[in-house]
Order: sequence, then structure tokens, then C-alpha cells
Amino acid sequence: MKTLTDLEYLKLSKGQRLVHRICSFFASIPTGLKNLVLSIGRGIGKAAVGIKDEFADLWNTFKNGDTPTRVSYLIMGFGNLCRGQILRGLLFLLFEIVFIAYMALSGWYWLSMLPSLGKVGPVKEYNVIYDTYVTTYHDNSFKILLYGVLTIFFIIAFIYTWRVNIRQNKLAMQILRSGKKLKSGKDDLRSLVDDQFHKTLLALPLTGILIFTVLPIVFMVLVAFTNYDGNHDGYINNLFSWVGLDNFNTMLSWSGGGVNYSATFGEVLTWTLIWAFFATFTNYFLGMLVAMLINKKGVRIKKLWRTVLVLTIAVPQFISLLYVSKMFAKNGIINGALMDLGWITQALPFWEDPTWARITVIVINIWIGIPYLMLISTGILMNIPQDLYESSRIDGANAWQQYTKITLPYMLFVTGPYLLTSFTGNMNNFNVIYLLTGGAPTNAAASGAAGAVGYTDLLITWLFKITTGADAQYYLASVVGIMVFVVVAVISLVVYRLLPSNRNEEDFQ
Amino acid sequence: MSQANASQSLKRHMGLKASQRISNTTAHIVLVIISVIWLIPFVCILLQSFRVESTYPVGYVKPEKWGLDNYRNLFNTDFPRWYVNTLVMALCTAALQTVIVLCMSYTLSRFRFKMRKPLMQFMLILGMFPGMLTMIILYRVLKDLGMTQANSVPGLILVYVASSGMGYYVSKGFFDTISKSLDEAARMDGATRFQVLKKIILPLSKPIVIYTVLTAFMGPWGDFVFARYIAFGTSSGMNVAVGLYNWLNRDQIANNYTMFCAGGVLVAIPVTILFMCLQKYYVEGVTGGAVKG
Repeated sequence: MKTLTDLEYLKLSKGQRLVHRICSFFASIPTGLKNLVLSIGRGIGKAAVGIKDEFADLWNTFKNGDTPTRVSYLIMGFGNLCRGQILRGLLFLLFEIVFIAYMALSGWYWLSMLPSLGKVGPVKEYNVIYDTYVTTYHDNSFKILLYGVLTIFFIIAFIYTWRVNIRQNKLAMQILRSGKKLKSGKDDLRSLVDDQFHKTLLALPLTGILIFTVLPIVFMVLVAFTNYDGNHDGYINNLFSWVGLDNFNTMLSWSGGGVNYSATFGEVLTWTLIWAFFATFTNYFLGMLVAMLINKKGVRIKKLWRTVLVLTIAVPQFISLLYVSKMFAKNGIINGALMDLGWITQALPFWEDPTWARITVIVINIWIGIPYLMLISTGILMNIPQDLYESSRIDGANAWQQYTKITLPYMLFVTGPYLLTSFTGNMNNFNVIYLLTGGAPTNAAASGAAGAVGYTDLLITWLFKITTGADAQYYLASVVGIMVFVVVAVISLVVYRLLPSNRNEEDFQ
Repeated sequence: MSQANASQSLKRHMGLKASQRISNTTAHIVLVIISVIWLIPFVCILLQSFRVESTYPVGYVKPEKWGLDNYRNLFNTDFPRWYVNTLVMALCTAALQTVIVLCMSYTLSRFRFKMRKPLMQFMLILGMFPGMLTMIILYRVLKDLGMTQANSVPGLILVYVASSGMGYYVSKGFFDTISKSLDEAARMDGATRFQVLKKIILPLSKPIVIYTVLTAFMGPWGDFVFARYIAFGTSSGMNVAVGLYNWLNRDQIANNYTMFCAGGVLVAIPVTILFMCLQKYYVEGVTGGAVKG
């Protein structure tokens, strides 16, 4: 790929410029990949050096340390206690005691069961006393996986705290050697609302995220490598176990045990992308248009128009969407009105025909989405300097030229990141699809695979369907979830690189 | 000569005015059409809720017989229970979520610590996983804690609030716009970080606090997925969204359709009024959030 100078680039015509930009994007992929591999390699090298340094530091601290420091390697917080930092010392000690007690009492059991996910499943045995078959339950795969992951988290936290404990000893020795005073417990507490205030503020939100988001996601990613489903629920019916990459094979190979998962997946993914594209851009341009219409000089009672539109945001979506979905039903109001007018003789198949249904959800999504876009673009449109329009008018530009040369570039520049998040948000737009159609009409060809897959099902609604009901296939849901993540991540990465508005966050301060 | 010129410019002026009038009229007509389209569903749902001659969906809008039967019948169902459930959840979530979101966004906006960038990137990546995946495990964990089905209200509050720190973007964008020199001046005068937050930042942050409270309050009214999963078919543990959704199931719609409309109206009215009162702050939040990405 020949690189052009600025002057050469400016000489090109519009079409040539576009071709040039696309070509240079693809030409940069190999270099990009090379850089990625290199940076990963560099990262690994850095990590190796970092670990080596850590061990060297540990050894040096031990070698040069005084007795309290050395004891701290075994009894955490001993050094702190000896040097009068009672509060820190006690906290370290308490953490170690809790950790050892937890590991001895249950942690070790969960950890040791993790490779097998349970050895003895539920057993049905003949009971002489009751003269009937009685099931006794033994291991619980679900709990083993959950607490196993939790225990690993806990161990990592312990190792980190142990390291902090030793580093603090080293620091304390340095401070004492230089003749300064150590911080007391009172100072520590005070710094929690001052220098270290961010730790206090973040403690609660991060704990919540760790337990309610990180842990479940790690767990669910691991489930993709097991056979956890309604039949293998890990306790009552059957244990579940590790199956390696089998689930990914089933999902991605073209002949997976009679049903073709990959064809279904491909179909749902294609529709998800089409839907996200149309849902994002129809809303974007129509919303902008409505905003411009309301902003237009000479339009009266602007506030009223805005308020009317904002109503769709205010009313909870499940009411408006469910109601609108019934309006478009075969015996609904829309069909009724059209028949009364004599425009049609037969009910229109809004939800029965695949193409009709797909177009209808996109159209109704416009109804839902325009108000948001109207609000957003109203704010941005007002920020465009008015003299740009004035001077362009004097130069003889018409309204269309003003729009394509001033308004649109400005909007695209400012809302670039928003467009990206809105695209990925639409890919996961569960409410609109599920409440409007529930995925219907059923796609008979694809439904064999998993759940009742319909023509309007997105990956996210498909995932939901797989996880409900008695024959829930959690492992498959997990695979789909990972796929969604991969698709979203790739799109975000590529688009973000291409956006003109990669700005520095400090710019705003 | 000059007279002709003047009359020509006058003519052009008149022409401009006329064309402007035409374009303004068109704009108003288009706006009226848009408003009608946007209002139709709400008008319909209101009218249908007063229909008493039948309870199933029909192809006409204006009821043949008017009455309040649908509203009266609501009180013989679990609807009041759902309503109270949702209201309790909305109030608790609004209070707790606001605290968590503000802690998170204020910290990420104001403090520069070593783990800040990695933390934000990590949360960005976490956000790319479909949140629905976490439901399966959360359901089983909450079930072990006895917080599902009939007791789903505390369980749901926990689920809503716990991960809410990830939605810090809008309010961080707001805090970013408050000048840092204010903080620095106060710190010079010996204020602790906590005092800076309490005495300087919070009083300036009324719009974003109201925005956060409002969005947090509206969340539980519309939540369908988690609420349905956690309630797991137990009527007394449902929120309005799940309960009313079930009334539109194939086997119930014939008897409950008009009651669904009445329930929808009762849910929509308070939420809409609240929203309309605080609209100004919502618009500020949405606009600011989008611009700052």
C-alpha cells in the first residue's frame, strides 16, 4: 500500500479518497496484528520480569529484615504489632486466621472437588424400612463449581494481602531507619476520609460488582466447558462434568448430532446484526430530523411537541410495547381500522409473516427510539455555532448542502461513541423484541436446534429462551453468551479505532 | 432605476416570506401528525381500560359501554400486591443505587490512583457480556438464601443495586465538567477529601443526583427479565411488569385484556407524572451523557 502525502490525498476525488481509506484500513491489518502479537509478547516478558523482581524483593526483605519482619512471613501483621501499628496488625492477623479456618473447614474440599465437579451423584436405593426406592443426594456440582471459583478468588486475595503485609514491613523498616515516625491507627482511619478516600468510596460498589457480576460471569464462562443443563443440574437429577471444548464444537461445526446449531446461530446472528444496524440508524437520522424540525425557526410551542414525544420514555416500556404489539395483532386495532376504512379486506400478517414481522419491529422501534435521539440531538444541534449557517447561506448554500456539510459532520463527530454504544445496545435489546414478538413467528427450520427459535429472535432473546424451562441448556446459553461478547468486543474495537472522535477524557476538565 | 431595484428586492422579500410561511405550515402539519402517531397508543389504552362490554381484544377503539369495572376488578387480583412490591423495590433501589453510582463516578472522575485506568477498562469489558447470563447463577444463589419466589423483593433489590456501579458513565461525565480548581482551593484551605465532597461537590450536583434517582426509580417498573426469573411463577413475588405480562398469555388474554389496560394506566400515571416533573434533569443527563460518550 502506497502511503500518500497530505497533498496527494487532497488531490483525489471523493470516491478515490474513500477507496484509499478502506484500502489503507485493510492494509494496516497485518501490521496491526504484528503489533498485537509483539505487544502480547512484550507484556508476557514484562510480567516475567515483574514476577522475578517480586521474588527477588521477597528474598532481600527476608535476608535484610529484622526478626519481626521475618516472623511476618509466617504470622501476618506480626511486624505491625511489634512496631505499634496495632490496628493494621490486628486486621492482617484476623484475615490470616479467617483464611486458614475457611480453607481447613470447607475451602480445601471445594478446591479438591473442582477438577471432577463431584464424584458421587444422586443414588436410588431400595430402602427396607420404607419398602420403597429412596434417592440419597451426595455431591452438588453447582456448589462445587461456585465455591471452587470463590475459593480461588479468596486465595488470590490472600496472596495479595500477604505480599502487602511484607511490603509494609519493608517500608516500616525504611521509615524507622530514616528516623521518622510510623503512622498510627488513628492516622490510618483519618486517611480513609482524606488521602485514601477513594478506597472508602469504592469499597462498596466494587464489592457488589465483584460478587454480583464478576463471579457470575467467571462461573458462566466456565459452564460453557461443562454439560450443565436441566437434566444435569448437578444435584437432583445428575452431576455435571467438564467436557472441554465439545460445546463450542457443536455450536460451530456444520453437523452437530442431527441438528445444525451453526446454521441456527448464523441465522440469528445475521438478523441480530441487521436489526442493530437498522434500529440504530433509522432512529439516529429520523430522531435528528425531528429535532431539527422542532428547533426550526418559526415553529411554535416547541415545548409541547417535545413533551408529547417524551411520553414514550416516561411510560414503562412493558406497557407501551405490550400494548402496541396487541394493536398490530390479527384482530387488533390497526387491522380493524384499516378494514373499516375499506383499504384491506384481509388482516395484514404483521406478526405472522417473517418479513412483515421484521419490518414491523424495526418500525415500532422507531416509535420507541426517536424521543431519545430527539433529546440528544436537540442539545447538540444548539451547540453548533450559528455563524457557520449564516456564512454558508451568504455563500449560496441551500438547506440540503448545509445539512450534509455542516450539521451531519458535526453530529457524527460528536455522537460517534454514542452510535457505537447504541449499536451494541441494540444487539442486546431484549425488551423490544421479547415484549413485541417473543421471537415469533417460529422458524421451523432452525427450531430443531434449541428452543423455539423465531425469525425475530436476537441472540439475547434466544439465550433467554435456552435458559428457561425444564430442558434448559445452560451450557449452550453460556456458549451463546460468549459469542455475543466476542461479536460485541470485535465490533467495538474495530469501530472505535476508526472513529474520528477518539478524544482524551481530560479535554473536558 | 433605484425604484425598480427596491421593488424587486421587496418582491423577493415577499417571496421569501411566503415560502417561509409555507415551510412553517408544513412543519406544523408534520409535527401534528407525529404527535398523533405518538399519542394514539396511549389514548387507545386509556379508552380500552374503560370498556366493559367485553374483556378480550377488539378491533375498535371507542368502548360501546363505559365503566370502571376493570379498575374495580383489579383489586380482586394480585395486582395491589404487585404494585406494592414494585413500589418498594423502586424506592429502595432509587436510594441505594444513587449512593453507589455517585460514589463510583465521583471517585473515577476526581481521584487519580494507580488502578483507575485498568479498573475502567475492566468494567468496560465486563459490560460487553450479556447481563442475562448472570441470572442463572444469581437465581440459584438467591434461592439458597431464601430470597426468591414469594420473598423476591429483597433479592431483586440486591440484584439491581449490587452491579449498579457499572453504570457510572453519565454521572462521571457530569463530575468531569465541575472545575477541579474548586477542589484544589478547598484542599489548600485544609479541607479533607470527604469535606470537599460534602461541602462543595454535592451542593453543585443537584441535577445529576436527581437524574440518577429518577433513572434508578424507573428501572424496577420496567424490569421484566430479572423479575420474572427471580419470582419464578410465584404470583405474590412478582412485579407489575411480570404480572401484567402474564395476563396477555394466550390462555388469559380473553378474560384479562381490558384489566391489563386498566393496570397499565394505573402504573403509567404516577411514573409519568414524576418523570414529567423532573424532565428537565433527565434531558440534561441524557444529553450530557451522550456527548461525552
